[in-house]
Amino acid sequence: MADTTPPAWPALAAAAASIRMKAVEMSHRSRAAHLGSALSCADILAAVYFGVLRIDPQNPADPDRDRFILSKGHAASALFAALALRGFFPEQDLEQYASPGCTLEEHPTPKSAPGVEAATGSLGHGLPIGAGMALGARIAGRPTRVFVLMSDGEQNEGSVWEAAMFAAGQHLQNLCAIIDFNRWQATGRSCEVLCLEPLADKWRAFGWSVVEVDGHDPQALADAMSGMPDPSGKPLCIVAHTVKGKGVTFMEDDNNWHYRAPNDDELARALAELAVPSTLDEQ
Amino acid sequence: MRNAFARTITALAKADPRIVLLSGDIGNRMFDEFKGLFPDRFYNCGVAEANMTGVAAGLALSGFRPVTYTIAPFNTYRCFEQIRLDLCYHNLPVVVAGVGGGLSYAGLGATHHSCEDIACLRALPNMTVLCPGDAVEVGLLLSQAVQGPGPSYLRLGKKNEPVVHQGAPDLRIGKAAVLREGQDVMLLNTGNTLPEAMGAADILAAKGIQAGVASVHTVKPLDTEYLARCFASCRLVATVEEHGSAGGLGGAVAEWLADSYLIENSMPRARLLRLHTGANFLTACGTQTNARQLCGLDAEAVAEAVAQQFG
Repeated sequence: MADTTPPAWPALAAAAASIRMKAVEMSHRSRAAHLGSALSCADILAAVYFGVLRIDPQNPADPDRDRFILSKGHAASALFAALALRGFFPEQDLEQYASPGCTLEEHPTPKSAPGVEAATGSLGHGLPIGAGMALGARIAGRPTRVFVLMSDGEQNEGSVWEAAMFAAGQHLQNLCAIIDFNRWQATGRSCEVLCLEPLADKWRAFGWSVVEVDGHDPQALADAMSGMPDPSGKPLCIVAHTVKGKGVTFMEDDNNWHYRAPNDDELARALAELAVPSTLDEQ
Repeated sequence: MRNAFARTITALAKADPRIVLLSGDIGNRMFDEFKGLFPDRFYNCGVAEANMTGVAAGLALSGFRPVTYTIAPFNTYRCFEQIRLDLCYHNLPVVVAGVGGGLSYAGLGATHHSCEDIACLRALPNMTVLCPGDAVEVGLLLSQAVQGPGPSYLRLGKKNEPVVHQGAPDLRIGKAAVLREGQDVMLLNTGNTLPEAMGAADILAAKGIQAGVASVHTVKPLDTEYLARCFASCRLVATVEEHGSAGGLGGAVAEWLADSYLIENSMPRARLLRLHTGANFLTACGTQTNARQLCGLDAEAVAEAVAQQFG
């Protein structure tokens, strides 16, 4: 399989910054919601797409490829940005995000663009689908690893825990769940809306190998994901501690940005904060 | 029907390595042969239908042809959104098999009845809805469904139902199977009441009413060509199904009928009589036979309801 060499550390940070800038621009242009959620997981997506996944944008249907599912589908803008930056489709297509008739919808589907593995947007669907993909890879004897990114609010869904028990019961050591633990869900603190903590212990109790990492350290994230398959035979859960709206100071940990879109002034300020000294291409 | 399902899926799996059977903690002994032959293609997914459906989607997205199997109400209502999004939105070749369709498990109470499943699944884009009338139809429809381009729902009965079809009929998804011609009335049956419809036709014949019977095993897509012929040639068309009044075969035919009045020169001649389980939960104890009598779906009641239309 081609094009799998992971770039060095600076590229991951640059990729994350580029994903954030694209997501801010897309939200500003389209007035679409969920910018805070997109910024929260930008480092995770950078680690996944630029440091971990064995994928080839020229051959997006390779049956041996690794899979990534954005189960928190409301962060579609960040996913599309990552896919475009990774070369799955032209970056200029992002300008059409959420515009009438465009396939880049506010929640992703495989028809949105090459590289999208599953339709998400209703929470609690990604992990069961990912478990099926991981099981399928094992049946077929393929090297595929499956990564599923969930939100912390998504842990409210019972189907997440059904899948957690299934994956552990089937010893799906080629399956990795990543939780974007930014401590907010749509209308409140995720540890207050329902009883979420102790989240890592819950996953351990469900038979998973659990690692807690700084969700804004792409290299640490990539290292944790590269620990697959876990020698214990268990599926791997990465609890990524994050800040909603990360990277734009006036959006950080402010849940208004779950629904708000930046105005012209806010866009300029956000882009100024996110500007990176060197572009992805130069590295 | 469930034994025919187990027999058929095992035979199909021998020929097609893409078939994976997922069970919701049911029917384990029934699948002993399957499990013995294909231990890596049978998974007991536990009592967790939402996950089972999502796993099926993940398998299908990886090139497999999964079949999910558990009791009909649990494999439909419980995981309806997974069926809608994971299977239908992706348009994946997954067979959702529900055992105990309609009032098959009447005695277990309303938790185990499925008289709204056709309505629910028929509403979903890309979904094919199959309600075999006997074990022969189970085998023939399942064989086609696993090769289908998209998702399908296979609504099974229980076990040891009478076999209606003789020999090996040419049964195709989307095409009504005429079992008996009749000039006065056509009984359009879907699912496990097929023997009752056949019995009703016999009773009507004795009363001088020429009743035909067709197995409309495919509720979606509906065989509208056949419906057009049927409504043009008979005086009465009666739908028979172990399903509620809303959205089953009778509902589907009524929708088609309403639309057909808008098409010039296609004025249907026959009237429509819909026989079903009604609009309420069935709360009385009893067997499937008792339940059918309560709902007016046994052969005698079907014949009587039809005969009343002929004055």
